[in-house]
Amino acid sequence: MNHSEGDDLARATADAVARRSYGKLVAFLAVRTHDVSAAEDALSEAFASALARWPRDGCPANPEGWLLTVARRKMIDVLRRQSRSQIESHDLQEVALQAVADVLADALAESEIPDERLAMMFACTHPAIDAGIHAPMILQAVMGLDAARIASAFLVSPAAMSKRLVRAKDKIRLSGIPFRVPGREELPARLDAVLDAIYAAFAEGWTDPGGADVTRRDLAEEALFLSGLVAELMPSEPEALGLLALLLHAEARRGARRSPAGEFVPLAQQDPALWNSQKIADAEALLHRASALGAIGRFQLEAALQSAHVDRCRTGRNNWPRVLELYDALFALAGSPVVAINRALAVAEVHGAAAGLNAMPDLSTDNRLAQYQPHWATRAELLARSGAFDEARHSYGIAIGLEQDPAVCRFLEMRRSALPAQSTPGRYNPL
Amino acid sequence: MQYLLLLNAQESGFAKMTPAEQQQGMAAYMAYTDALKAAGAYLGSNRLQPVATATTVRIVDGKTQVLDGPYADSKEQLGGYFLIDAPDLDAALSWAARCPGASHGVIEVRPIWSMEA
Repeated sequence: MNHSEGDDLARATADAVARRSYGKLVAFLAVRTHDVSAAEDALSEAFASALARWPRDGCPANPEGWLLTVARRKMIDVLRRQSRSQIESHDLQEVALQAVADVLADALAESEIPDERLAMMFACTHPAIDAGIHAPMILQAVMGLDAARIASAFLVSPAAMSKRLVRAKDKIRLSGIPFRVPGREELPARLDAVLDAIYAAFAEGWTDPGGADVTRRDLAEEALFLSGLVAELMPSEPEALGLLALLLHAEARRGARRSPAGEFVPLAQQDPALWNSQKIADAEALLHRASALGAIGRFQLEAALQSAHVDRCRTGRNNWPRVLELYDALFALAGSPVVAINRALAVAEVHGAAAGLNAMPDLSTDNRLAQYQPHWATRAELLARSGAFDEARHSYGIAIGLEQDPAVCRFLEMRRSALPAQSTPGRYNPL
Repeated sequence: MQYLLLLNAQESGFAKMTPAEQQQGMAAYMAYTDALKAAGAYLGSNRLQPVATATTVRIVDGKTQVLDGPYADSKEQLGGYFLIDAPDLDAALSWAARCPGASHGVIEVRPIWSMEA
């Protein structure tokens, strides 16, 4: 084997191991040392060593074991260096070192490295950690995304993101946040935090529907992977299955959200033939399994709504009363203004545009609504349907002003210019 | 790990209570302390005199400055603490939630800076 072939193979193996088991290896080390940063540093050095040595010595039979051994040595080196400057008692320090070494040796003797990514995710989303950093923490600690990539997806500066991640990891280590899956009593609330973080990561990736921004598209894929992981590791948690079903439904329609010319295509006008039917079938099967577990939740309801929309678009059957029922249940469970807006559209379909307008959330209940594009676009749509064209024009204008995606802007402009000049009820034909 | 539970509450609350209520309040703290001791989690505790008795000291430009009053003038005042031993933050938080102070004030949970690890 010549040098460059060996190089390529080493790189390919290291990449494959990194993608498949980075989070598993970090979790393994962090759960035992409580130090996420140290585990990440040691592993990234181990991966660098692998790239330097595997081309020369060949790929080891057990790449994960090799990486863990090297990472362990790196962690011991760091502990030794700290001992001189920071730690007063050498005896205690030696005990800590030996404990780390023993634990790692035991684990390496087992052929399978235990998967502790769940415990890691629960530590990252602990209520003592600021909720806004939950999703970035999971993406970094479990998926190995670097701060710059996460920062660009969440639209903050890399320096700020980096600082917040370091702060969260310090808090985990210094305040003794446990790495474990919570007991039954606490589980529902704590699992919600894990699922919310994954959903937030997916939503960040989803906001780039054109898929032009590679960082964001990847984020949706990473979130989908995490959601699959949680569903696999907690197969009897209905909400874990519900979230995966919801994300699969969204992913299934990714390609249909834009015309070949890059124009925005609303759900009602999408071609169902462009949807990924395998993903939809998988989502339906998951939702079915979840509902058999007998505990309804936010993500199952949202997935059920996706399922109802898909069914209507495929068959042409009017199922708006069923959709409204689901929105009522979702609103009772998680009554956010965003849910209220979507529910108002369903109300309009069942009871008419005026009823829909009445069901819209009041701007005074949440001042963030004034900056929320879908609020104005939905209002515009309902106003147009009830014949108030001038007011509809005004609302479309605000929606256009708030939207960043040029394709969505063009769509809203098209809807606005289709409005008749005069406010004469009943002459406007919606979609 | 060791944690300090810092009990913050409105001082005026205690004064407004009837003697019977005050006695009930004291009994609740005694019971809590006994529970901590029985679990082997108790390391120490103290109740502080009201902030009216507080004095702050700092050295500015080499000169000692002494001021009447507490460091932080807030709606709630630091009124006491428990020093406890707990395996992790979750255990410390559940002790904090059981503390009577959590029902009439706010408890700040702070890990102790260990000099051994």
